[in-house]
Amino acid sequence: MIEVNDIRKTYHTGGDTVTHALDGVSFTIKDGEFVAIMGPSGSGKSTLMHILGCLDTPTSGTYVLDGEDASTLSGDRLADIRRRKIGFVFQSFNLLPRTTVLRNVMLPLTYANIPMEEREARAKASLAAAGLDESRFEHKSNQLSGGQIQRVAIARALVNDPALILADEPTGNLDTRTSEIVLATFEKLNREHGRTIILITHEQEVAEHARRIIRIRDGKIQSDSGDHARRIPNPEPSTV
Amino acid sequence: MTTQDLMQETVTALGANKVRSGLTMLGIVIGIGSVIAMVAIGNGAQASIQSSIQSLGSNLLIVTPGAQRNAGGFGVSSGRGAAKTITEADAVAVAGVPGVARVAQEISGRYQITAKGTNTNTTVDGVNSAFASIRNVAIDEGTFFSDSQSQALAKVAVIGPTTMTDLFGDTATASDVIGQQIRIKGAVFSVIGVTVSKGGSGFTNQDDIIYVPLRTAARYLAGDSYLTTMDIQATDADAMSSVQTDVTALLLERHKIQDPTQADFSVLNQADIVATASSVTGTFTLLLAAIAGISLLVGGIGIMNMMLTNVTERTREIGLRKAIGATESDISNQFLTESIVLTVLGGAIGILLGWLIASALTLTGLLTATVSLASVLTAFGVSAVIGITFGWYPARRAARMNPIDALRFE
Repeated sequence: MIEVNDIRKTYHTGGDTVTHALDGVSFTIKDGEFVAIMGPSGSGKSTLMHILGCLDTPTSGTYVLDGEDASTLSGDRLADIRRRKIGFVFQSFNLLPRTTVLRNVMLPLTYANIPMEEREARAKASLAAAGLDESRFEHKSNQLSGGQIQRVAIARALVNDPALILADEPTGNLDTRTSEIVLATFEKLNREHGRTIILITHEQEVAEHARRIIRIRDGKIQSDSGDHARRIPNPEPSTV
Repeated sequence: MTTQDLMQETVTALGANKVRSGLTMLGIVIGIGSVIAMVAIGNGAQASIQSSIQSLGSNLLIVTPGAQRNAGGFGVSSGRGAAKTITEADAVAVAGVPGVARVAQEISGRYQITAKGTNTNTTVDGVNSAFASIRNVAIDEGTFFSDSQSQALAKVAVIGPTTMTDLFGDTATASDVIGQQIRIKGAVFSVIGVTVSKGGSGFTNQDDIIYVPLRTAARYLAGDSYLTTMDIQATDADAMSSVQTDVTALLLERHKIQDPTQADFSVLNQADIVATASSVTGTFTLLLAAIAGISLLVGGIGIMNMMLTNVTERTREIGLRKAIGATESDISNQFLTESIVLTVLGGAIGILLGWLIASALTLTGLLTATVSLASVLTAFGVSAVIGITFGWYPARRAARMNPIDALRFE
């Protein structure tokens, strides 16, 4: 359960100029939802993603993730929540170079102090759930294709059994065909494993894979389709 | 994160750029290596100087004539040691001071010596028989002369091994030269003994010397009977300072000098010489170590430089690690471990290098350079401290990174 209540984020950019990146955003996401947050660049979706990912805190308002209020924490307390509750998938993959697939997926477990014996089994289970072939487990990231790399990243996000998977433009660096495979992976994880997934994107086709679309513009929610509303028409021509 | 994880990460990270890690480590290797080698050389020099001072004899007070001044007048000084103020009678009187075991008398000078057409110039020391035991002069072949030979003005000589080879050639053995004739300042002396080699000291070669009886030297070589040196051996080390005071007082009285600053002789305490030499070599060792320490400092700055580059290059990795839940101390420990592993590994190789340099120097025979356990332990400690000190700032920079900015870093 994710509860976002009247979140505001303001930046003071020199002198008296105040930018409202988020201007009173509220929504609730239940466990097992697959939500796309859409908006053009400058809409505030990145700021929202940082707050949802516990990488940043709002200026005002509250954010409760899986029963824990993360809106006023800082530093290592936020790191602790990220470690336990959130799995990230990034546009630029961010796998460790010169490190095998298996070790990349096990990395979050080392910070969570999971016993050595348990790590490999959990990493292998995640990789299987993300749909990566077992023959690739000992490969290094430079020996994999873009789609395979992103599935390793998804497996890494899953391995800690997080309350929320947060994917930031996960298909931004992939071609259309590979994008479809990665998005299908997310759909499968949501449908078959009941994972709560938030997908940040600016592309309509990508957002349409989700079961709910929240549109952001100028720091405010422009529309919220609600759950199970698939392929709703775009209320106005895409600005991107 | 467990220690095992940390070490595994460190090996991967350092192995990722072996050339850079190796070159950075080289700075520490050279720094620690030179500190170890320099301290070993300093210690070796100290040991060799002390042993050569000790080889002079033990519990020694050395009395030498001081400067002779014109009474009244302008007080023109003829320089220390030039005066002829100490007599055999002084030596006899000094022998009666409580705590004095023996007194050696010396009349020495440098003369041209000839033997069988070869010649050399060396120190000829006219001494009494007590000299041999006080100054640890051991006879390799033949005998040392007795006091009765001195009374009889016997023209006999005991020569050092270096002088022996100078005069009789490199192949001469001690038994060959016994009974040979040598000519000192025109007088013919027969060789009755050869001393055991004492080895070179830091200052003079103690093997390049000729000993003749005291009175023979006075009559045929010096032309007068004033002593150039008087060596007093105290009964034990504790008696030395009281003997020094008493002898000084006695000689002042005998020479009718009221003002001790005007003394026409000086009394040197062997313990003072050892202390002085130790402090000189100690300073010398410190100087060498300080110079070597500068290279260690430069090595440490190299580590910091590399770690800063490392942190910048791996900004996105740091961002990722923070995003998946690494705490500040997780990140900080990771980079600190890298720099400590580099410096400790460098330190270990440096200790080996320093030990090799010291061993190589010892092999050349110049001096016995000794690597002490203390310097090895210190070097190890210092390299760890350098790792922590110079790794701390880069590690802190990495730990304090904002994950959002770090993830966006291009």
